[in-house]
Amino acid sequence: MSMKELFAPMKEPMIFGAGISILVGAIAIVVGLTYFKKWGWLYKNWLTTVDHKKIGVMYIFVALIMLFRGGIDALLMRAQTAIPENGLLNAEHYNEIFTTHGLIMIIFMAMPFIIGLMNIVIPLQIGARDVAFPRLNALSFWLFAAGAGLLNISFIIGGSPNAGWSSYFPLAGIEFSPNVGNNYYAWSLQISGLGTLMTGINFITTIVKMRAPGMTLMKMPMFTWSALITNIIITFAFPVLTVALALMTLDRQFGTKFFAMQDGGMDMLWANLFWVWGHPEVYIVILPAFGIFSEVISTFSRKNLFGYTSMVFSMIAISLLSFMVWVHHFYTMGHGVMVNGIFSITTMLIAVPTGVKIFNWLLTMRHGKITFTTPMLYALAFIPIFTIGGVTGVMLAMASADYQYHNTLFLVAHFHYVLIPGTVFGVLAGYHFWWPKIFGFRLNEKLGKSAFWCIVVGFNVAFFPLFILGLDGYARRMYTYSADTGYGPLSMVSFIGALVLAVGFALLCYNIYYSFRHSPRELTGDPWDARSLEWATQSPVPEYNFAIVPHINQLDEFWYAKKEGRDITAGQYERIHMPNNSGAPMWMAGVLFLFSFFFVFSVWSLVIVFGIATLGFMAYRSFEKDEGHHIEVAEIEATERRLRGEL
Amino acid sequence: MSKENKSVPLEYSTEENELKIFGFWVFLGAEILLFATLFSVYFALVDRTGSGPIGKELFELPPVLVETFVLLTSSFLIGLGVHAMRIGRTKAMIVFYILTLVLGAVFLGVEINEFLTYIHDGATIQTSAFMSSLMTLLGTHGAHVTFGLLWGSGILLQIKKRGLNAKTANKAFIFSLYWHFLDVVWIFIFSFVYLKGVL
Repeated sequence: MSMKELFAPMKEPMIFGAGISILVGAIAIVVGLTYFKKWGWLYKNWLTTVDHKKIGVMYIFVALIMLFRGGIDALLMRAQTAIPENGLLNAEHYNEIFTTHGLIMIIFMAMPFIIGLMNIVIPLQIGARDVAFPRLNALSFWLFAAGAGLLNISFIIGGSPNAGWSSYFPLAGIEFSPNVGNNYYAWSLQISGLGTLMTGINFITTIVKMRAPGMTLMKMPMFTWSALITNIIITFAFPVLTVALALMTLDRQFGTKFFAMQDGGMDMLWANLFWVWGHPEVYIVILPAFGIFSEVISTFSRKNLFGYTSMVFSMIAISLLSFMVWVHHFYTMGHGVMVNGIFSITTMLIAVPTGVKIFNWLLTMRHGKITFTTPMLYALAFIPIFTIGGVTGVMLAMASADYQYHNTLFLVAHFHYVLIPGTVFGVLAGYHFWWPKIFGFRLNEKLGKSAFWCIVVGFNVAFFPLFILGLDGYARRMYTYSADTGYGPLSMVSFIGALVLAVGFALLCYNIYYSFRHSPRELTGDPWDARSLEWATQSPVPEYNFAIVPHINQLDEFWYAKKEGRDITAGQYERIHMPNNSGAPMWMAGVLFLFSFFFVFSVWSLVIVFGIATLGFMAYRSFEKDEGHHIEVAEIEATERRLRGEL
Repeated sequence: MSKENKSVPLEYSTEENELKIFGFWVFLGAEILLFATLFSVYFALVDRTGSGPIGKELFELPPVLVETFVLLTSSFLIGLGVHAMRIGRTKAMIVFYILTLVLGAVFLGVEINEFLTYIHDGATIQTSAFMSSLMTLLGTHGAHVTFGLLWGSGILLQIKKRGLNAKTANKAFIFSLYWHFLDVVWIFIFSFVYLKGVL
């Protein structure tokens, strides 16, 4: 491939502009870090950290950047379709944008945001000093970051994937998508997926093996439960994606015939493999949000969670069912009545445990003393809006009716009505809720609530019209339509809603700056008068999490101890063993990034070089002598007193 | 983390070691899913041979029996190695591990030879969907064995240099789990690919 072809996407003015702005931004960051002499600080404190809290913050930082990338894609799509016969984007560019929008929002925004929150909260909720494998955790993050980087450079170098986020064959095959876009798809998902799999293994081990003494499974906070189940789904679902993507690479770059149209290939095999991973993936991003809502609703209703056991079992039921519904993504692609019937029933069954959870949340609030904080507002808005998403989901679940809705905007409206109030409201509630734990000050409530109202109103204005347009027959992924279809007015309404939504997200970010400048320092460690263990330690949380690991006798031990005036973190300090920082995860992910990048362009010599370098890093890790370090009692005492504001 | 519990085998003796063994079992769970997916792909495509050969024309049992015998024996030997490790016979353990790796290399040699025969007969990974799925399934297993050879050699070097301690024993034990797992996968390949193919 010549240089001219390589940078062909830059010929489009909009992409050129975006490319230049990325370059300018990158130069500004480099110059700023150099000018303020912050390179050493950045490397020592962040890039090489193995601290689960800092890794969590980095996950969420990258997720927010990706939210803006994906959000700009969304705004461009709504702008293009706001009026009939619009010429803002051409068909090719529109294809790329809806593909990357889906990929980025699911894989590089929702997942890392959730994994970031898990990283921050889970070890604290179970009273652990870190995750089971801190170094592996850092590698997970850097692999995710490498994957995100790889997908994002695709639109400047070589061209973005453009066959939809589900990349069905034969469209995604080399015949119909000859540019490197889909190679980028395969490799960016592959390396970030490996990171996710490692996260899954790490958190299962952490939650199963490292809980505080006395914390039996049924005394775990609900978010920890949701995280455990989610990580089990991750561990079982991601290997399927690994294989599917490897087969995609083989088909596209080595001429195998898995999904080919001749020599026995089976294009539907891709759709099946993709959704065997893809549907559990939906629950990977929704179950932790359910966990967050459970914590938030119970905290701000001042009541214990209603139906704890049924909450746990409904999540287990959802996780099992999530592996048995994948065919509902392609009812119309020619299976028999029998197959469609079975998958129809399993899909509708999911509404049962989900309904149980909705009623549990409602009953938790009943007779509660509800305080309307920002996280609680998100939780309150979630219940009715998500229910609309759920009900339309049951409509789509009926195979025969689905022939009417399939591939229309009705479907698009449905899954945004599930994913935005579910996942996005969930992570935003968690973000506001746990912010003071990490940074030691609260986000401004007034700005937080303004952002909330913009987001909730903007979301409904943007997506409700899509239900109606879909029922009128507006097919998804169409880059434009003619005026006589009558789709114009509602599409314009939807665009206006998208703009309001964008204002909401801008306010959300402004709130970080504003609160950083003006918010008072939080010294209690428990600003919300909350229930679970993470609030028992200081804010911001010291490196070792708990100076004394508490003993747990019941669910919400911390809450009851507060009421009874007991201090569960009292005791004699002992020196604490902690893992050492290491730059190896970042450099190894960097090497894998280059490996993948050259694989995308089939530059085999460099693929081999960086492949061997990756093995070299693994050997280095195996031979490395790393005993960790100890934090001495004097240092713990000083830290504890400083965080309580006594020094 | 440096506290050692003397009442359990060396490889389990620290908290960190216990976490690593548990985590590796979870990883093997993920590996089962990986191979299950590859098997599913193979079963979906096994009759879709296009203009290429079918399994019956392709498979020759003698080399496959050699592979099976060699790999099963290596799995037995690594079991003896772990036993030797537990009774503190470091030298015997190293010998058993070396024999394991040697048999692994023999297995790999036979498998590569088998692949070369297929290619020589004109059946490559591009010939048909059946050939693609067959060679990917076998190749993934073979790649795991290859990685195991590198990994196992690295662990042996460490034991040689640093002796048997909680860390190296832990690594050697985890490696034995991996090796047994590859054996189990091979038994499935032998039964459901080769035997089913020639019947």
